[in-house]
Amino acid sequence: MRRTALFLSLLAAGTLGQAQAAPADPAKSSVKFVFTQMNVPVEGQFKKFSADIAFDTAKPDTGKVNIAVDLAATDAGSSDANQAVQMKEWFNTSSYPKATFSANQFKPLGGGKFSATGQFSVKGKTANLTVPFTVKPDAKGSWYEGSFPLSRLAWKIGEGEWSDVGAVADAVQVKFKLYVAK
Amino acid sequence: MTIKYTLPARLLHWLVALGIIAAFALGLTTDSMEGFSMQKLKLINYHKWLGISVLALVAIRLLWRLSHRPPELPAQMQPWEKQVAHYTHMLLYVLMFAVPLGGWLYSSAKGFPVVWLGLVELPNLMDKNEELAGTIKFMHKIGAWTLVLLAVAHAAAALKHHFIQKDDVLKRML
Ligand code: HEM
Repeated sequence: MRRTALFLSLLAAGTLGQAQAAPADPAKSSVKFVFTQMNVPVEGQFKKFSADIAFDTAKPDTGKVNIAVDLAATDAGSSDANQAVQMKEWFNTSSYPKATFSANQFKPLGGGKFSATGQFSVKGKTANLTVPFTVKPDAKGSWYEGSFPLSRLAWKIGEGEWSDVGAVADAVQVKFKLYVAK
Repeated sequence: MTIKYTLPARLLHWLVALGIIAAFALGLTTDSMEGFSMQKLKLINYHKWLGISVLALVAIRLLWRLSHRPPELPAQMQPWEKQVAHYTHMLLYVLMFAVPLGGWLYSSAKGFPVVWLGLVELPNLMDKNEELAGTIKFMHKIGAWTLVLLAVAHAAAALKHHFIQKDDVLKRML
């Protein structure tokens, strides 16, 4: 069984000319964010997500990344906020349960830094997004880490009275740390 | 002739009194609000700003008090009455520090830093800890109620001095 699977995936990787996608280890990986409410920085976390990463630092243009975040499992800093974030004005999770990012354009930026450009989709809107990241290999795998500001209003996260950037700033800093074992 | 408290002492006394009443009312209001709303978010922040302002004023007040002896209590007061007044004042000072510090600690425990007036970010007093946060909030609440009830007793005593004993205890603070 395992051999066939290995053979098939090697075949797939070979025919597509791409590195093999491997899932990030959920126990070691995290996707956190910091939003600013009334100038107070509050940290939150997406507790459930999957990330499939195929990336070879020597051949960045063959890379492929697929990330899906389960928005219902968002920790927005307090139990009240966790409930509120599910509502229509925020993620509207009953209609749009997931945020996804799939990238297949990669650029080396030098010094172990790269950028990934792809389609980011949340709350029914899809648009291009470029995310910077670093790759740090260790003995058993690789760490993919990065941090970037995301405009919440561009994706209508926080509508109505919540579009007031004096109460909740537009820029939400997203910080991810993904570990993929070899 | 009434020998009054110094002007800074009088000003600080009434500013702190007003601040405590307003912070208490705001705290009760936000606590009775369900769920999460813009209004609640704003009021909680005003409560935190006000509470921190009270804390700063109380610190200045204590320094002033330690360097400026208040006028003597009326000679006709019994020694035990003077003792009761003295210990009440001490306990009020302790609570005026403990209650806002407890609120700050609670905010830290919940993972919300305090940014005074939206301008000055204060250090967190502890790491985020949801389990302890509930207990700290309870202490903050009990402390606030004790402070306010003690302040009411304190005000009643001042009125008794003024209207029943007809001495100058209240006038010294006006
Ligand atoms: C004069 C000082 C203060 C007084 C008299 C006061 C009083 C109160 C009261 C009565 C409550 C409601 C408690 C309950 O019913 O459960 C409360 C809640 C609270 N206080 Fe204070 N407080 C003071 C200072 C502070 C400070 C300095 C902070 C933080 C910087 C703070 C943070 C909070 C928070 C976060 C809540 C909970 C609000 C909510 O979740 O609705 N307090 N306070």
